[in-house]
Amino acid sequence: MGNPLEAVGRTALKQVQMMGHMAIFLGSTGLWTVLPPLKFRRIVSQIHFIGVKSSSIILLTAAFSGMVLGLQGYYTLRKFGSEALLGPAVGLSLIRELGPVMAALMVAARAGSASAAEIGIMRITEQIDALEAMAVNPVKYLVVPKVVAGVVAVPLLTAIFDVVGIFGGYLVGVKMLGVGAGTYFSEMRNMVEMSDIQGGFLKSLSFGLIVTWVCTYKGFYAGYGAEGVGKATTEAVVLSSVLVLVWNYFMTAVLF
Amino acid sequence: MIQLIDLRKSFEQQQVLRGVNLTIPKGQVTAIIGRSGGGKSVLLKHLIGLMRPDSGQVMVDGTDLARLRGKALDLVREKFGVLFQGCALFDSLTVFDNVAFPLREKTRLSEGEIAKRTMQRLEAVGLADMPHKYPAELSGGMKKRAALARALVHDPQIILFDEPTTGLDPILLHSVHRLILDAHKRFGFTAVVVSHDIPEIFDIAQTVAMLHNGVIVEHDSPEVIITSANPVIRQFITGASNGQNGRE
Repeated sequence: MGNPLEAVGRTALKQVQMMGHMAIFLGSTGLWTVLPPLKFRRIVSQIHFIGVKSSSIILLTAAFSGMVLGLQGYYTLRKFGSEALLGPAVGLSLIRELGPVMAALMVAARAGSASAAEIGIMRITEQIDALEAMAVNPVKYLVVPKVVAGVVAVPLLTAIFDVVGIFGGYLVGVKMLGVGAGTYFSEMRNMVEMSDIQGGFLKSLSFGLIVTWVCTYKGFYAGYGAEGVGKATTEAVVLSSVLVLVWNYFMTAVLF
Repeated sequence: MIQLIDLRKSFEQQQVLRGVNLTIPKGQVTAIIGRSGGGKSVLLKHLIGLMRPDSGQVMVDGTDLARLRGKALDLVREKFGVLFQGCALFDSLTVFDNVAFPLREKTRLSEGEIAKRTMQRLEAVGLADMPHKYPAELSGGMKKRAALARALVHDPQIILFDEPTTGLDPILLHSVHRLILDAHKRFGFTAVVVSHDIPEIFDIAQTVAMLHNGVIVEHDSPEVIITSANPVIRQFITGASNGQNGRE
């Protein structure tokens, strides 16, 4: 059995090494994004995969998130006699926090895991080697379209999440619990500012980058065999979700 | 011509290549034989820059591939075609799109010209009637043929074959060897075939190199290799379980 201090040091070094490796991977992705030619078709296809194909899960989770916000918000606000503020409470919660975070988590679970698995399988079946052997840069061909698509699709999905969530809150607050429809929307208009929407948009942009970056990285450096791909997929979803939540805190602290 | 000069490669504590020296003549079929796990595929990956040596040179037409990066490396790679051990066909693309891939990505040919050349290569390997199938719908032999068509499509000067007959039955094995020979006669490329198909490989190779313990122990014509007195080669050819190749 080795020295425990050595083991801690080894683990720490490994983590720092991985962070450096991930940073280099991101830098390389950025470089290949600006270098021509732009793989426009592949980017559009990935926007379809990440954006359009995630829309149903986004609609479903957004509706129920908005509804539960309406329900909890109403009962909490009623204690203070402030039911009229239900609209702003739902709107601000969704636009500032829940919309960007939930949309990013849903994309990580659906499209991020699929991307990690797809690239991981390409790695273990020598398809990435084949790309390199054909003088096709695998980062340019496989990673850049997914990352660009993530940065485009996640803000759009967040916007859908916000709108559907607000109507979910409306359904519960106004139609079921009796808050005035005019109050719900007019108070929201009074209290939600453009800076809130901009903040949410900036968050969703960065989350789109984080999710696609981490998931493509994990797939690109997947280990051997089915077990390696499985591990890479799990790590991709867990790490990207954790990073989204941690980064969300720092962005909230700076933006609002 | 490809020349490997004192090529060395280690993975952590394990020395896989311990100073490989080998000259691969232009326009010929060179077979690299040796035991499974003996570093043949590692050697092949050095030939196209998929792995970098710890030391030594990989000279391709006078350029040291081991020192190249970026576009300069891509330019040399464009001379190569590779048939990977597992075929490495893109499983989300049809056979046609797989074969057309290098032309679409690396040339400015029109889609019509790409389709014409792709179908020519598919005909050459006997797959002209199944361009719209996906790799998962093909048998092992068909996958090898599709991978060979892809390796041939951009008229490379050099084609690397990494154990092209692994996992095939004896009939398919001969069929793939015949395909390699026919393609070689027709297109005149330099071929490097990594294999442990003994004695079948001697029928298609003009020179044979034996890799053992990370070095080339003998490099000569098949006739000389077959009659070699070197105990390592003798044991490998006869398949004896005891000897200097180690025990199974």
